[in-house]
Amino acid sequence: MTTEELKNATVAKSVDARGTACPGPLLEAKKAIGTIKTGDIMEILSADEGTKSDIPKWCSKQGHEYLGAVEEDGFFKVYMKKK
Amino acid sequence: MQETELDVRQLQEQVATLTAKVAALENSRKDQLSIAIVSGDMDKILAAMVISLAAAAMDTKVKLFFSFWALSALRAKNKKAEGKDFISKMFGMMLPKSKDNLKLSKMNMAGMGPVMIKYLMKSQGVLSLEQMFQQAAELEIDIIVCEMSMNLMGFKKEEMIDYPHLSYAGATTFVADAGESAIQLFI
Repeated sequence: MTTEELKNATVAKSVDARGTACPGPLLEAKKAIGTIKTGDIMEILSADEGTKSDIPKWCSKQGHEYLGAVEEDGFFKVYMKKK
Repeated sequence: MQETELDVRQLQEQVATLTAKVAALENSRKDQLSIAIVSGDMDKILAAMVISLAAAAMDTKVKLFFSFWALSALRAKNKKAEGKDFISKMFGMMLPKSKDNLKLSKMNMAGMGPVMIKYLMKSQGVLSLEQMFQQAAELEIDIIVCEMSMNLMGFKKEEMIDYPHLSYAGATTFVADAGESAIQLFI
């Protein structure tokens, strides 16, 4: 998905993990994934650079769809769809 | 007609053999992480816990086998065990009591190092060891205490932390668990 598409996507759940470092964002994403439905999109806010490569790996292991990341001011948003 | 029956039976036998082989293969490489944690240094326990939490977040079963110096990390701060002999008491006094009092493998600087690392971890949002153990409990990470090294160092079960998935076992348990695990580490 392009940056524009990601920014306009309907997000079912937003996880703000900016206050925590590795593996915090992953742990928070894992907790939140149980609260959304199949097909829902979740965004994870993180300032930990490692998250950008960790979330895609987590998605492929768990069978979720990784959609992409968008840079913000001092942090970024990672998007994924629950399968 | 008879020939087809024979073919079907042969096929069924082959399928049964293959199913058994696949089951054996699946068991030999479970989605499981086994770590033998021998070191009691703060940095190494940290590394073990970070890797374990990342694995557990990916739904990988985690089994941590704590032995020797690593047992210091499992000692409860506020618990005491009675009836120890002289050497056990000495060990108890000289080794760090609880995960909050572990030393760094490098740059310990008489305790200054750990204080600095803990400050940095806090300011950068890294979970503390205490928080990591809480998360580990929530994610059902198993901790297995090496009974032999516990006895050797004079530690007792009643001075270990309250952890919901804690058990006591020997090296055979680690070897059996590790043999089934897709990932095995030694720290």
